[in-house]
Amino acid sequence: MAAADPSGLSPPPPSLGLAVVALLVAVAGLLVIGITGGAVRAGVSDPGLHGLASGALYVALAAGAVTLWLGARSLTLALQSRADLARSEILAARASAARARDSALIVFGLTLALMIGFFLVQMILFNDGKIQKTFLRWDLMTESAADVARAFLVNLKLALIAQVLVMIVGLFLAVARLTPGRAGAPVRMLAIAYIDLFRAVPAIIVLYLIGFGLPLTGLPLISKVSSQWFAIIALTLTYSAYVAEIYRSGIDSIHPSQWSAARSLGFSFPQTMRFFILPQAIRIVIPPLLGAFIALQKDTSLVNVIGTMDAFNQAKFYASANFNLSSVLVVAILFVIITIPQTRFVDWMLERSLEKRKRG
Amino acid sequence: MAFIEIAGLRKIYGSHEVLKGIDLEVDRHQVVSLIGASGSGKSTLLRCINALEPIDAGRVSLDGDVVSGPGVDQNRLRRKVGMVFQAFNLFPHLSVEDNIMAGPMRLLGESREAARDQARALLDRVQLGHRASYYPDQLSGGQQQRVAIVRAIAMRPEALLLDEITSALDPELVAEVLNIVRDLARDGMTMILATHEMQFAREVSDMVVFLEQGTLLEKGPPEQIFGNPTEARTRQFLKQIIEAGRL
Repeated sequence: MAAADPSGLSPPPPSLGLAVVALLVAVAGLLVIGITGGAVRAGVSDPGLHGLASGALYVALAAGAVTLWLGARSLTLALQSRADLARSEILAARASAARARDSALIVFGLTLALMIGFFLVQMILFNDGKIQKTFLRWDLMTESAADVARAFLVNLKLALIAQVLVMIVGLFLAVARLTPGRAGAPVRMLAIAYIDLFRAVPAIIVLYLIGFGLPLTGLPLISKVSSQWFAIIALTLTYSAYVAEIYRSGIDSIHPSQWSAARSLGFSFPQTMRFFILPQAIRIVIPPLLGAFIALQKDTSLVNVIGTMDAFNQAKFYASANFNLSSVLVVAILFVIITIPQTRFVDWMLERSLEKRKRG
Repeated sequence: MAFIEIAGLRKIYGSHEVLKGIDLEVDRHQVVSLIGASGSGKSTLLRCINALEPIDAGRVSLDGDVVSGPGVDQNRLRRKVGMVFQAFNLFPHLSVEDNIMAGPMRLLGESREAARDQARALLDRVQLGHRASYYPDQLSGGQQQRVAIVRAIAMRPEALLLDEITSALDPELVAEVLNIVRDLARDGMTMILATHEMQFAREVSDMVVFLEQGTLLEKGPPEQIFGNPTEARTRQFLKQIIEAGRL
């Protein structure tokens, strides 16, 4: 406890040490940026890349200057707080100390983010831009982009069809797994066996077995469909097992009192499931369901093992023709573009349902 | 012959015997209150009557028809015996009106219009006509419970089981729910209610039943049970209630 003040107010916690550290961190950050950035830029021979290196360096230095200014402000405020304290103006001292601490903490956060961002860019430029030349050749990316994007439509088609099928098959599996009574036992066992099996086998193995196995069986119809349909079948088999478990968790999360209420009115088991339990359960599982769909979407890129011409397969042609991976990075970027809005959407939904529960 | 007849009813959960042979007869238009400590078996007895819980021994009959045991059409039985729960158990994804209309439309085959007219009329009777399109989470506990009662009587049951329907309510909301039960009693609805509201049980019941650890210890008209109980355990239970200021 600090010395009691005649006013009866306690002094704020010390802020000077923190402010000094913040200022030192800001100075050190600037030095690191200047030295590393300068050295990396000196090793870059390509003129375009040299411009990028300069740009990155200046932007980083400017951001570093902001942290330096914040650090200096933190120190001024901390000194101010000390002066206020000496004059026994405790409330003013508290206010300045709080602002000093705030500025110091902002310096730490900003410096951390700045360093990470700066070093990522330097990594690309480092060693005369080797990483950039391997993964990020703009000319090769634009050259392959049109073909890769067209092939990406196949990924989207596979994903959409498989998602619809998964939604239906998964629901059947979940309900089958929850069939009651002794008569339902064989159905339950089958559902459990299926779910266990297809959650255990890697998707790529299922794909391989279906894609190369079914044509060899010579079965009517099923062995004649296109490789895209083999991919859809394989993805549906795998993902409906996961989705069944998601549905089941939703059904299980409905309180037994809902069953009591519906049954007490005279609704049968299937009616209760259909009218009261599933509508509530499906609402609950929409966010995890979309999560599974995003995973499925990404796994459409596995179809290249059975020779389906998807974006990845297309990109690999360009990659091997040019001995360069820039075209594959185009695939990665396309997946990022379609996936990120969906994950944000799922997060938003989860947040909303969480808020609702808090209010409820 | 009594309307509801329970004979030698036993219910066992694992190694715990919750009901140890209950005999009870309820006549048409009678109101019977089950009282007793928590865990004495009041709720379980109610749930056994409409087969929400299977029974292990004994017999339940309704209007001369044995409705316990294998092969009984339980869904038909439950249409005739409505139930209201302590926690309301409304369907949260349906509006008040749809909660009430679901049974008559899907089970009694009524048209949407007829079911809606009935729902509106019943809601008006419990002063909730203006809440027909609300969702359960937008209502107070007392309002939710009134909707739950309406949902049960919309099936036009011949008897109603009320399972501690005011226990989850804030004290100031209890009266609005009990008033409806009082009206139903006046209209001649056969009711069995598990309750901790002794004052209400005394006022509304034709018969009061005291349950103690799964046995029916004592039953009789309310004046006798509350005024001059024969069993020492009943007296002790009521003394505790009075000390808690609840009677």
